[in-house]
Amino acid sequence: MSRLRRFLRDNAVPLALLSPAVLVILLVVLLPLLFSLYTSFSNYRLIRPESLWDVVWFRNYLRVLGDGDFWAALGRTVLFLTLVLNLEMLLGLGLALMVNRLTFGQRTMRTIMMFPMMFSPILVGFQFKYMFNDTIGVVNNALQSLGLTSHAIPFLVDRWLAFASIAIAEIWMSTSIFAILILAGLFAMPRDPVEAARVDGCTNWQVFRHITLPFLMPFIYIAMTIRSLDVARAYDIVDVMTGGGPAGRTELLWTLIARTAYDDSRMGQANAMAYVSILLSIFFTWYFFRKLMAARKHLGVF
Amino acid sequence: MAEVSLRNVVKRYGGHKVVHGIDLDIAHNEFVVLVGPSGCGKSTTLRMIAGLEEISEGEISIGDRVVNRLAPRQRNISMVFQNYALYPHMTVRENLGFSLKIAGKPPAEIEAAADEAARILGLQPYMDRTPGELSGGQRQRVAMGRAIVRHPDVFLFDEPLSNLDAKLRTQMRVEIKKLHRQVGTTVVYVTHDQVEAMTLADRIVIMKDGHIVQTGTPLEVFERPVNTFVASFIGSPPMNLVKGELRGGVVELAGGGQLPVPPGIQTPPEGARVIFGFRADNFMPVGHGLAETGPVALLELPVTLAEPLGAESLILTELAGVEVQGKMLNPRPIQPGEVLSFQLSLDRCHLFDADTGKSLR
Repeated sequence: MSRLRRFLRDNAVPLALLSPAVLVILLVVLLPLLFSLYTSFSNYRLIRPESLWDVVWFRNYLRVLGDGDFWAALGRTVLFLTLVLNLEMLLGLGLALMVNRLTFGQRTMRTIMMFPMMFSPILVGFQFKYMFNDTIGVVNNALQSLGLTSHAIPFLVDRWLAFASIAIAEIWMSTSIFAILILAGLFAMPRDPVEAARVDGCTNWQVFRHITLPFLMPFIYIAMTIRSLDVARAYDIVDVMTGGGPAGRTELLWTLIARTAYDDSRMGQANAMAYVSILLSIFFTWYFFRKLMAARKHLGVF
Repeated sequence: MAEVSLRNVVKRYGGHKVVHGIDLDIAHNEFVVLVGPSGCGKSTTLRMIAGLEEISEGEISIGDRVVNRLAPRQRNISMVFQNYALYPHMTVRENLGFSLKIAGKPPAEIEAAADEAARILGLQPYMDRTPGELSGGQRQRVAMGRAIVRHPDVFLFDEPLSNLDAKLRTQMRVEIKKLHRQVGTTVVYVTHDQVEAMTLADRIVIMKDGHIVQTGTPLEVFERPVNTFVASFIGSPPMNLVKGELRGGVVELAGGGQLPVPPGIQTPPEGARVIFGFRADNFMPVGHGLAETGPVALLELPVTLAEPLGAESLILTELAGVEVQGKMLNPRPIQPGEVLSFQLSLDRCHLFDADTGKSLR
């Protein structure tokens, strides 16, 4: 007891100065978090406020774990994440390598590369929805004018085509995050080991494979971490383009959660789903962060 | 067998010429050092031999192959870089074996070659460390090991010791020389340090502004510098240079006084403007030098400053208004202002044309 008192007395000023920040975090972050955790154990429905006090313990969670739609949405989200992240990485890497070779106009190219990031995801969703539309969309129009297809392709109706269309919109918007981070890596890369490798007998591909790529891996993992969090919460583009439809064929975790929470107004159930989903994000973050640390240690330079 | 020959080699960056048509023949197993001040084109020349820079004009051949159009990997060369250029993500063992792995050699052979290189360079205790865990000297050794495992036709060194401290540099210099004796391969070595050049080279190539100024053994370039640039670049301290004019068979110094024309000089016409050159080693106070066999000139000069180095002292004095350095063997304490009688060994003095800087010997 006297120890605690001495600690408080000795650190009175720092503690006093820290307290507003701590208080704000408590009020703004921790309190809502605890509240949402509580509601996930209740039968809380938005249209019946008194249901907030109807504690059902683990019923929401059991229902979520036994719900085929939830698992389908989770699987689709993981698939979406894997597809989008890998394609963005490959495209971003290619883009960065090409921009890095430019001897003039590089700054301009870098700026142009960032353009897709400047739009709201909602607007990107609308634009791609229009482009893939089966009656007035430019893609169908172009395909038909070129004679590649005789009838309109229902891009946003077919299960896999709709999934691919959303992925394309997502990739178009965010590949530049990979490109920019990898480009930063290329700028920071020392020239000597590359030259040493060329003298040591490497072809250009071998230089890339054995020297350049290992050096870029930490940068790639940083981009992966950022983007995995981003894509795991994908909602806006999907909602605008397909609304998770048709008939739930493009439903991802957060479109399902939002539907449950606001359309069905089953907030308790939705929060239970959200807590299960968060585990997914935490897993990906942990995974990529561990990879990042390993890659950094491997390089021994950071 | 690998001779290296450069024929009228030119390097241009845009319109800017940095190497102006170099001709050089390097014999098999010869240790050639390219030396010169920074920006003289020595590194560029080395990088052209390596294939890391394109050759703008002329021809480079290694062995009997013209290599102008060959990629670095096709030239069978090894290079040691100033910043070591080790692969940071590989262990010492992997660094050493990398080129063989790329060449598709079997693992047992790679292992054996890496062990052999490690043995030669004393790297055995560090084989499983990464470059980040090594000191500068150890990294330098790994870089050299990486170069020798391939048994290349030619070794290229690009200022390999300039990132090391003075003590380590001396140590590594000896190791490089030993290594050359052991593996016996043609070496082209670039440095800006004339001491390194003198101690390592079979033949020194002195470069300036993209031209070769002089080529010769260390003793040749030390004793017979072709011009004032070489005279002041090679040797430490640099050669003393005093301006004067030729009048009646003697050199009238610009700042007053005169010196005789050194023997063995093709006498230039009367009135020619010349530079008189002599080294500190041949300019010593009477009684504190070596016994002279040739002709000497005696000069009474006041001491500006004495720098004791232990076995000898460097004496700073003024000759005809120019600061010159002499050397004092078996030194005794000297007070500034003390007048000493210096003896100048004339047959080791030089005379240069003041306009072109060329030696008149």
